Amino acid sequence: MDCVVTGGNVKVLAKAIHSLSRIGDELYVEPQEDALALRSVNSSRSAYACFLFAPLFFSRYTIPSGHAFRCKMAIKSVQAVFRSLASLEKTVEKCHIELDKQKSRLTFTLHCKHGLLKTHNLSFQDSESLQAVFDKDSCANVFRAQPRLLVDTVVHFPPSLEEVTVAVSDERMWVRNHVDEEAEQSKAMLTELCLASDEFDHFAVGAHNSVTFCLKELRGLLVFAESTGLPISMYFDEPGSPVVLSVTDSVLEGDFVLATLSDDPNHRKNNSRRAHTPPPPPPDDFMNDDIDAYLIAMDTSIAPGPSATGPPTPSLARSTFSKQPAAANHKTRIHSEEEEEEEEEDEKADLDRPPNKKFCSLFFGSVLPPSSQMSTQPVTSQEVLASDSEDDT
Amino acid sequence: MLECQNGNQAVVEETSLLMIFVTFNLSIIALFALPSLCQPNILVTCLHFSATMPLSTQSQADEEQYVFVASLDNARNLSNILKAITFKDHAIFSATPNGLKVTVEDSKCLQANAFIQADIFQEFTIREDLVGFQVNLTVLLDCLNIFGGSTVPGVSTALRMCYKGYGYPLTLFLEEGGVVTVCKINTQEPEEPIDFEFCSSNVTNKVILQSESLKEPFSELDMTSEVLQITMSPSQPYFRLSTFGNSGNAHYDYPKDSDMVELFKCTKTQTNRYKMSLLKPSTKALALSCKVSVRTDSRGFLSLQYLVRNDDGQICFVEYYCCPDEEVE
Repeated sequence: MDCVVTGGNVKVLAKAIHSLSRIGDELYVEPQEDALALRSVNSSRSAYACFLFAPLFFSRYTIPSGHAFRCKMAIKSVQAVFRSLASLEKTVEKCHIELDKQKSRLTFTLHCKHGLLKTHNLSFQDSESLQAVFDKDSCANVFRAQPRLLVDTVVHFPPSLEEVTVAVSDERMWVRNHVDEEAEQSKAMLTELCLASDEFDHFAVGAHNSVTFCLKELRGLLVFAESTGLPISMYFDEPGSPVVLSVTDSVLEGDFVLATLSDDPNHRKNNSRRAHTPPPPPPDDFMNDDIDAYLIAMDTSIAPGPSATGPPTPSLARSTFSKQPAAANHKTRIHSEEEEEEEEEDEKADLDRPPNKKFCSLFFGSVLPPSSQMSTQPVTSQEVLASDSEDDT
Repeated sequence: MLECQNGNQAVVEETSLLMIFVTFNLSIIALFALPSLCQPNILVTCLHFSATMPLSTQSQADEEQYVFVASLDNARNLSNILKAITFKDHAIFSATPNGLKVTVEDSKCLQANAFIQADIFQEFTIREDLVGFQVNLTVLLDCLNIFGGSTVPGVSTALRMCYKGYGYPLTLFLEEGGVVTVCKINTQEPEEPIDFEFCSSNVTNKVILQSESLKEPFSELDMTSEVLQITMSPSQPYFRLSTFGNSGNAHYDYPKDSDMVELFKCTKTQTNRYKMSLLKPSTKALALSCKVSVRTDSRGFLSLQYLVRNDDGQICFVEYYCCPDEEVE
């Protein structure tokens, strides 16, 4: 692997790495034929981000011939290469990324002003491909906005706020902070912003749904989008399905996939084999304690390339779901009587079903299909059940 | 201990009211901002108020007792440069007719000297060839910043520093906006500074750089690395800083013809390692300076000389000596 980034693109690369650092602790590097992929996933696997830099982004782009190379490394050490973000644009003229296979080192060389040469030889670990499977094109709700709009929206929420809820109608989008049901109602403060559809570049609502997801990762993407001036697209379907935030340019693509809080009892019913009629949905569906996991299959295929991997089919989702181990519940839950009853039944009837969870558990199955028949048939699955994204701080 | 001098009754009454108010405020400041003042290092801190210039009210008799007196219109010219060498509490002061030298040492391996020439001071009187004493540097800096160390232009703290001789405290008179604080800092037996025997005749390699070019590398040094390795060579890589941290190694290379390099005089390739923990404090000096001279001698000892320009455009020097790390592979 031998890549050269010049001029303003160095800052774009640096910003991408900084926004990936909001997601997880490790950076997955995978040079592919069609793009250099930089990815990260958080420890609870409820958030995933991927940047793809096309060969045209680089002034030189050569990837290892023969077998595919991919690695992961501590994102902090890569961040250290681009530490002085503010002065980067002024001081760095060229960034050279080179792989030294013999020494197992990935070398970042920054050619700076005044002839100063900064060389960082970073150690890495071999890794499997990290690939969340999602299909943003099939989402019912699609929006696109200038980063400024979202930055101005998010600024009204305190930095400590963890989750926001986005609700949509045909004409409007509401963004409000998610108030925990357990939080003392007298102390809770609700902030809600209403954005009219004409503030967006694109506003297509197919389903009047609302989703709740983590704000931290969104902020990370906003930093990137704002500095590059790229519009942000947002795709989502229903509670429990991930929300996808994307930035796209002719030479780069960034996708942030975030788990959303699920609260649809019917959805859960689909995934369980119980004949028991689910309780009616509570008046406020965000305050619902009932939660499901949505599945994202993580493809650790031998063959590289996200393009080769299709979205998970519902059948895959269901089949792997039942194998999901019961995860430890991280929060004390307060239930209505009905829910408690229901849980009791859960324990008897459905031991293989995950317990009700307060917040989203996004499930990443790790499937290893034969390279010829990829997306449909999982051969093995190493499941990791995500716990709460709150744990990931 | 408050004094009012020189003024008609009305003025005194007015200032008396003011006095109480200000005294109250300042004691609050002293309590919260200066915990080190509560140590036995300091004898007295008191406030004086006067309608006249308080620093000139010392009686002639007092004046004659001092073996060393130095005044500055702007105490920041002293405090800034002392900050560049603050990494240990004990500072050895040696005053000669040429000026003041302040020395701080660490682990017998690192020595930092700040030189403040006599002409930087508005008044510099010394009655002996050499006056030496040792004080707690943190306490001294706290005293010099007793008025908050404001950086607002036009607002400065005036300083008068007096020392009566062996066994006496170092007395500081600080004045800002007509308010005077007197600080007495206990002095200690001066230790003999280590002689690093670094003489210019033994210097093998010398590079003078504009500090600007070193500030970024020093600010982003990988602190997980135990050592900072400095390579100086007449051939490539000319001047190289290296760290060896948890996540890999990093090199910073300066070509000898860079416009940031003012002088490049290397005779022999030398690679030495210095403890990162020892060299890290020199970043403070680097931040203040505009030029730095990096020299190594035949034994691998490192000398870093920083040229510091103060608020008034005058030049002072800060110097660091560091022993090489023995465990070189």
